[in-house]
Amino acid sequence: MANKSTPDDNNPIARRNFLLGASTAVAAGLAPPAAAPAQPAASSPSTAPEPASEPTTYLTLTETEVAFFAAVADTMIPADELTPSGTDCGTVRFIDRQLASAWGGGAKMYRSGPFRKARPEYGYQLPLTPRQFFAAGIVAANAWTRKLYGKDFDRLAAKGREDALKALEQGKAALDDFDGKQFFEALLQITMEAFFADPIYGGNRNKASWRMLGFPGLPAVYSNLIEEYRNKRYVAEPQSIADFS
Amino acid sequence: MATRLKEVDAVMVGMGWTGSIMARELTKSGLTVLGLERGEDLSPRENFALPAVRDELRYSYRLELIQDPALETVTFRHRPSESALPMRRFGSFLPGNSVGGAANHWGGQHWRYLPSDHRTRSHIVERYGAQAIPDDMPIQDWAMTYDELEPYYDKFDKLCGVSGKAGNLRGEKIEGGNAFEGLRSNEYPTPPLIMTESGLMFAKVAKELGYHPFPQPASNASQPYTNSEGLTLGGCQYCGFCERNGCEANAKAGPQVCVLPVLRADPRFKLRDRAWVSRLSYDKAAKKVTGVIFTDTRTGEEYEQPAGIVVLSAYVFGNISLLLNSGIGEPYDPVTQKGAVGKNYCYQLSRMGVTLFFEDKFFNPFMGSPGTQMVMDDFNGDNFDHSGLGFLGGCKIQLGHADGRPISYRPVPPGTPRWGAAWKKATAKWYQHAARITLSGSNYANRYNYIDLDPTYKDQLGRPLLRMTYNFVENDYKVGDYCMRIALEIARTMKPTMMGPPGLRRGDYDTVPYQSTHNTGGTIMGTDPKTSVVNRYLQVWDADNLFIMGASTFPQQSAYNPTGPVGALAYWSADAIVTKYLKSPGPLVHA
Repeated sequence: MANKSTPDDNNPIARRNFLLGASTAVAAGLAPPAAAPAQPAASSPSTAPEPASEPTTYLTLTETEVAFFAAVADTMIPADELTPSGTDCGTVRFIDRQLASAWGGGAKMYRSGPFRKARPEYGYQLPLTPRQFFAAGIVAANAWTRKLYGKDFDRLAAKGREDALKALEQGKAALDDFDGKQFFEALLQITMEAFFADPIYGGNRNKASWRMLGFPGLPAVYSNLIEEYRNKRYVAEPQSIADFS
Repeated sequence: MATRLKEVDAVMVGMGWTGSIMARELTKSGLTVLGLERGEDLSPRENFALPAVRDELRYSYRLELIQDPALETVTFRHRPSESALPMRRFGSFLPGNSVGGAANHWGGQHWRYLPSDHRTRSHIVERYGAQAIPDDMPIQDWAMTYDELEPYYDKFDKLCGVSGKAGNLRGEKIEGGNAFEGLRSNEYPTPPLIMTESGLMFAKVAKELGYHPFPQPASNASQPYTNSEGLTLGGCQYCGFCERNGCEANAKAGPQVCVLPVLRADPRFKLRDRAWVSRLSYDKAAKKVTGVIFTDTRTGEEYEQPAGIVVLSAYVFGNISLLLNSGIGEPYDPVTQKGAVGKNYCYQLSRMGVTLFFEDKFFNPFMGSPGTQMVMDDFNGDNFDHSGLGFLGGCKIQLGHADGRPISYRPVPPGTPRWGAAWKKATAKWYQHAARITLSGSNYANRYNYIDLDPTYKDQLGRPLLRMTYNFVENDYKVGDYCMRIALEIARTMKPTMMGPPGLRRGDYDTVPYQSTHNTGGTIMGTDPKTSVVNRYLQVWDADNLFIMGASTFPQQSAYNPTGPVGALAYWSADAIVTKYLKSPGPLVHA
């Protein structure tokens, strides 16, 4: 795939030092492009994001991919009074680790050919590993938004990103030789996994989604509680695997 | 050239429930037994320990305990006119992959089949006449009655510490148990699990409407229990991580908890893991198998293991594959309807239900187990009059909270978007307040639903993969539609704030979303070698020292989860081997 860390016509600035977080999408010190890209949603979360203390280094994702996943995460999981934004919850870090894992490399998949296009009921039938699938999907999706809106997906304004995701979701996005609906479903799945999985994988930072739901996490030993809490909300400070390790 | 090993009396191909039970019964009778398992051995103490065992991503989505399709999967097509494609990831069903088999990750719903399920064809013919059964529905009777199998159902209950409430104790009807169950010689080993608020709400309304709800029988012991092998199970912790995960409390029954500790200590038993049996050595003229060929998956080395008795105790697909890849029996042909291997492959009608939302209720969905459900069997099997309905079979209808694991459990009202601000608000708002009535239906055989060998795709050892030709048919849709009307009647009477749309069976079978690991048939039992693979003792008609365990012997699938009869049949077959076959090796039934 194209390396987007160098400027070109479609990508007027390099995305080096791209910072995660809805309100800090464009790093200081970079000259704005001639046609200034719209800022991502300028939401002001009432829940303060976690300090961005951890360095944004990635195992496998390119800068373009980081920008793409971040834009998807913040569109699917916008910051509000319930949780910080998707990226502030560690979504991109989760995706990076998953795609660098054995699963991302195609573990637990039957990968012998021949390959053939088939109806969705037959399940995943592409030769691509999850890592390759997302790489190819991002190239195809960015090419599509460039054709339609003149920009990569992550450079669209909030409304544009929402519209683009909806078009993908509804199967109305004409990606070149790539199934936009299938790509959307995979994006939604991995973003939700990031948001709701145990924080041990790098997402769901500070157990934000578990707090939102009231899911107590671990240790989940309820034999003495299940009867007492019938039709009564059970509230507990959520605990994760790391809290017991 | 395979290295030839020293002969053993009996070899088990697969060390899940049935291999473990059979190995235990045969070693008890004095035989030397080798248990071969393709997957790796596990230690519940280490592999199912807190905190790591409470990991939804690892077990439910990365499928830690599930068979690796890269080694072996099945190919699939909806109808014989199509060419099949491999299931590249498991989705609709999730076979296990280690010592303990699928029992490491099952949910523990533990049933006995109805007496009428054991005589499916005869019962229907007697009640409605032979014309009630469509020509393309080759349903058959089981090869033993419920009453014959009852002592073995009982034996398996006592191995598992099943929790529940009898509804028919030695012929006496007991209030609060299942009014439709066959006679039980004993009460359940442990009392029912503590039911959830949602289950109690369902039961109250179902009862008011004249139905007969009862607590789900479950192989999640409700209290510590010392089983028939002298091994102790813990009490269920209602952790909400049961199905797809191991159990740190040792409350969920499985071979690792209930049988293997005794078996491992027996010098007559040897376990060999990472041993993948690729075929059987078969002497067709003598109608005997002489042993098995297996590959050590650590080294790739091939071994020949001679054995006096071979027991196929793999999952449904492993059993069928070994017959077809060893040339044993006649493969089924849907055109001529000749041959029995691969015939009557059946599944389960599931993913049907309706979600209810109650603004003023708190369900704590994360507290529970697959056994914390109230169930009714009023519309299961032939428990209701099918005259004029135009279908056969039925559903169990149930409600309870089994788990609230947040990647998968996020009920939202109809019309809610799947992402974005509105999605988030609805997800947060309704997590505590939703409950889903679910239906699980029977799946009767169809002439065109069958298993054979795929002409194109191979497994890691180079053997042809199994090819599944399968789809739901009109009878299935009608079963679901009829039972959904009952479920909706109950749902409305429960007076929810709002209801989701009824989840009905429509269109072609979708292999992607999880439905159930209740695949059945392909090596079915019967009284006629032309239409069955094994006789009533699960002995193969074409090889008298070969026995096949598990749900591959079911002639069709009822609405129940299959593990109860799977365990009972293993005890039943073991008893026949020990008391009949060893005394006089040869066919136990003369056709």
